[in-house]
This record gives sequence, structure tokens and C-alpha cells, in this order.
Amino acid sequence: MANLVEIRNVSKVYERGKQKVEVLHHIELDIAKGDFLALMGPSGSGKTTLLNLIGGLDSPTDGSISVGGERIDRLGEGALAKWRSEHVGFIFQFYNLLPMLSAQKNVELPLLLTNLSAAQRRKNASIALQLVGLAERAAHKPTELSGGQQQRVAIARAIVSDPDLLVCDEPTGDLDRQSAEDVLGLLQTLNREHGKTIIMVTHDPKAAEYASHTLHLDKGTLVEQQGLRAEG
Amino acid sequence: MKYLHLIWAALFRRKTRTILTLLSIIMAFLLFGLLDAVRVSFAEAGQSANGAERLQTGAKLSFIQPLPKSLQQRIAQVPGVKDVAHANWFGGAYQDPHNQIFTFAVSDNYLDVYPEVEVDPAERKAFDATADGVLVGDILMKKYNWKIGDRLPLQSQIFPNKEGSKNWNFQIVGTMKSKDNKAFQSQMIVLHWKTFDETTPYNRGSVGWYVTRVDDVNESDRIAKAIDAISANSDHETKTQTEQAATRNWIKQMADIGLIVTSIMGAVFFTLVLLTGNTMMQAVRERTNELAVLKTIGFSSRKVLGMVLAESVLLLLLGGLVGLALVSLIGAALPAMSGGMINGAHVGAKSWGLGVALAVVIGVVVGAVPAIRAMRLNIVDALAGR
Repeated sequence: MANLVEIRNVSKVYERGKQKVEVLHHIELDIAKGDFLALMGPSGSGKTTLLNLIGGLDSPTDGSISVGGERIDRLGEGALAKWRSEHVGFIFQFYNLLPMLSAQKNVELPLLLTNLSAAQRRKNASIALQLVGLAERAAHKPTELSGGQQQRVAIARAIVSDPDLLVCDEPTGDLDRQSAEDVLGLLQTLNREHGKTIIMVTHDPKAAEYASHTLHLDKGTLVEQQGLRAEG
Repeated sequence: MKYLHLIWAALFRRKTRTILTLLSIIMAFLLFGLLDAVRVSFAEAGQSANGAERLQTGAKLSFIQPLPKSLQQRIAQVPGVKDVAHANWFGGAYQDPHNQIFTFAVSDNYLDVYPEVEVDPAERKAFDATADGVLVGDILMKKYNWKIGDRLPLQSQIFPNKEGSKNWNFQIVGTMKSKDNKAFQSQMIVLHWKTFDETTPYNRGSVGWYVTRVDDVNESDRIAKAIDAISANSDHETKTQTEQAATRNWIKQMADIGLIVTSIMGAVFFTLVLLTGNTMMQAVRERTNELAVLKTIGFSSRKVLGMVLAESVLLLLLGGLVGLALVSLIGAALPAMSGGMINGAHVGAKSWGLGVALAVVIGVVVGAVPAIRAMRLNIVDALAGR
């Protein structure tokens, strides 16, 4: 299958005052379209940094990153924002829903950046909420929902604009076991039935079992992979 | 417009804080509207069509210096003069020395030079025939619940009567009205100059100022110069000017209303900038994570900047419009509250325009710093809570 993500010789260095910290060292990685990849590793290993680079939230210090054939490391800030809105859905550990908006309005947020009419935005958001099983909670504010429900609203928000890629940073880190399994099952469905490519950072080996591949990072270097090309 | 619900929701994220801030803005714009109405009211004093036909002649040295009564006849002989009346300041206080009512001692033809003032012919006749009679403005009649026939004790702060007492006693014989209460006479009392002159030992045939009605307003300048020429090089040199200019100068001698209004408004809006600026800074700081999420989803930095600025402008506009609307509502009560000094607080198109412009400018000023912070927000750092 064709690669959706191609990472070549990527390094990332952060400057903390006068000190330079190299978080990622010469990463080489291909992720096939339709894959469900789990990124594991100890704290500080560079998992979230790699996820941020793939999602276009940060830029590499060296190397290149192509997603869907587009060199996102070359995009300017504005172009990168537009690219994210069209191609990537984000799911965070702490859901990051806007507390003053209802579930429906939270899901509609990415669609505000499109040319869809208000009615079409409402309709698409309702479909996304239906897909995650929360159609009846559309009018509820995040504080009126359980953690698992909030994460499902966040997933609906991530998929509402039909992106190719979903990046998930510890999506079950704040959930009980049952809610975590529901969310992971939902991600698996999105991967298997809707063809979404998913990259998930997790500490939890049980969560990683839902992925089709697992990759380990240690001190900014890829150390192990199953079924993937990885050189670090 | 599609972002309006998002901006509105962000604005009322902390309802109590936003409502308290809104109340401050409403109060500031209420004050702005009222003070602007005061400024406009003073600026428009004497600007009526009839006012344009009138000239006022007072002593050049000071408006409190009296002029000789004999001047009336000489002014009347100046070509282009239709009528000349005169008046003296009486300074009447009712019941309490602090409760001052504008009271003038006027010549018999005084009302003839003020055609906009309406007096019932029978009441005018009664006034002419009653030596201690007074005509009272209809606003005052209503305010003090006076009726025709009532005795009216007034205290002059300057002029004693024959017995040496400053307590005078008059009889209300009629009411002065004017269209839309625009004339100053609706809020004052007039008594006979003759009675005043014969009663107080302080006057002795002098008058405070002359009011001249001219045939042609285009001739006013020439007539004013001709009137002043009569007393040139005498011990009672005069200064003649239009009613509007005279009123403005008289008000200026009391206080520079424009400067006072500007100074108060400057202080109020400066405080408002600090207050709302602080509120906006706090609001944006609290929403760092949410703004980072918006940027993550794909909102550009420019869009985030625009949204924060729009939120700030919306806050100011909301408060400003409510404040100005309140001024319109309470405007009708202002003449009574100001003791007749101000003819109603009317928020005109100019004041509305100025108010809206002020709200937008202050909104942009107080929103600029938090908006730039939001624009420069680094997504990765913000999401990591750094």
C-alpha cells in the first residue's frame, strides 16, 4: 500500500535557554495509508514530538516530512494551518473541548473553516456525533458529559471534516478501562471501516494491541518496529 | 458572522466577570452621554432663530457692572433697532439659600423681544397691572406645584428691600411657556424692574443689561458697533454681542464646560481602558489552551487575532450602546434634575457616532495586546501547559 507519511532524516532540537536538547535523532519512517500505528516509549522519548511533527503542529530542525505527497516541513505558518484543517484530525488525552460550547458546536468547529452553509455544518456534525454514538447528547456542554463521552465528542470533532490522518496523543490516558476500550474500539472502526490512517501515542500496552503496528521510541530514536521501515 | 457564536460564547465564558465589566462600560458611556448632552446644551444656548435677531449689551468691564437707564432711549434710536428691553439680575432663592432660581427684574417690554415666550393675554395684562406680580416659567410652576394667585417669598442674595431685609414677597399672576420648553424663560421668574428699582436702595435707576431686537440679522454686526459707539470713552463702555455669544461668554465666566467635560471623560475612559484591558488579558490568559486547540484545528494566527479583537470590540460596543440608550431614556428627566440649566439630554446622531467610534477604538486598544499574544501563541507549548 502507498505511504501516507514519509519521514526522512528528521531531527528536532529544542532550545531551553542556552541549552540545546535534541529530542529526535535522524528519524526515518514510512507509514502506509490506512495503517493504525501505536507509538510507545518512556516519558521524554520523543513520542509526542514526533506526533506533533507528523500533525504539522511543529517543524523539524532537520530532515523532511511528507504527508499525502506534500512536504509539510516547507509550509509556512498560514499554509500549515490550512493544511491541518483539511488533512488532519487531532485527539488529545484531556479531550480539549471548548467548555462554553455544546457538543454539537464543538464538533462543528473545524467546519467553520470551510465554505459549508450553517445547515450543512449542522448536518455533518450530527452525522459525526451519530457515528460516535452521541447523537442524543448533542446539546450538552462538555461538563455535562463523562470523560468517555467527552473523548467521543473529540473524536467526532476530529473526523467531521473527513481528514486522511488522525493523530491521537494518549487518547485513553484519562479514561477508565471500559471507556478506554470503547474509545479504542471506535478508533479501530474508523481505521478498518472508514480507512482512516491513525497514529496513536500511548503508554498502555493494552491500548497498543488495538493498533496494527507498534513502534518504540527511546531517547529520540526508533528502536523497534513491526512491519514498518524504521531506521534511527 | 459565522464566528459570532464562538466570539459571544468566549465573551460570556465567565458570566459574572463579563457582566461586571459590562456594567463599568455602561456607566462610563452613560456618563459620556450625559456630559456630552450638557456640553451640547451649553453650546447650543441662544442658538434659536429668534435668538439670532437679538443682541445683548452689557458693561465692557464686567457683566456685574450696571449701565445707566438713559442708554435705552439712545439705543432705540440706532437705525435697524426694532425694540430695546432691559433686565437686572435679582438672584432669588426659594425656601433655602441654596435653592437658587433664575429671577430677573425686567422692563415692561421685555417679553416683546422674546416672541417665542407665550403668556396668556389676560395674565400678561394682570402682570402689567400688578406692581408686585411675577410671571413664572411653566417648568418651575410644575416643579414647585405653584398656582396663579399664590404668594411667592423669594430671598435676594444681593438686593435688600426698603426695610433692609433681603426677603421679598411677590404674587404669581401668570405663567411663561415656550414650545418644547426650549426657551430659558420656562425655567425662570420675571418681576417688574420698576418695582425692583423703587424698592431696593442699591439700584438707583441702573440696569444690568440691554436686549435689542433688530430688523435684519445681517445688520447685527453694524448695529452692535453703533450701540457700543454710544458709550465709547465714557465710564460705562459697553460690549454688544449676539445672544448666543453673550450666553457662551456668561457660561465661560462660570466654568469652561468643554474643558471640564473633556477632563472628566478623559479620566473615565482612561480608567475604562485599564479595567477592560485587564479583563481581556485575564480572559485570554485563561483560554490559552482553548486558543491553542483552535490553532491546532486549523484556525490561522490572523484569524485568532481577529477573534480576540472582535471579542474586545463587541464587549465595548455592547456596553457603549446600552449606556447611550440609557442616556436617551433618562434624558427627559434632566431638565428637572439640573434645575432647568439643561434642556434635556438628547443623544443626537453626532453623539451616537462619537460613542460608537469611541467604543470601537477603545475595544481595539484594549484588545490589541491580548490579541497579539493569542496570535503568537505556540501551539506545542500551549498544549503542554508551558
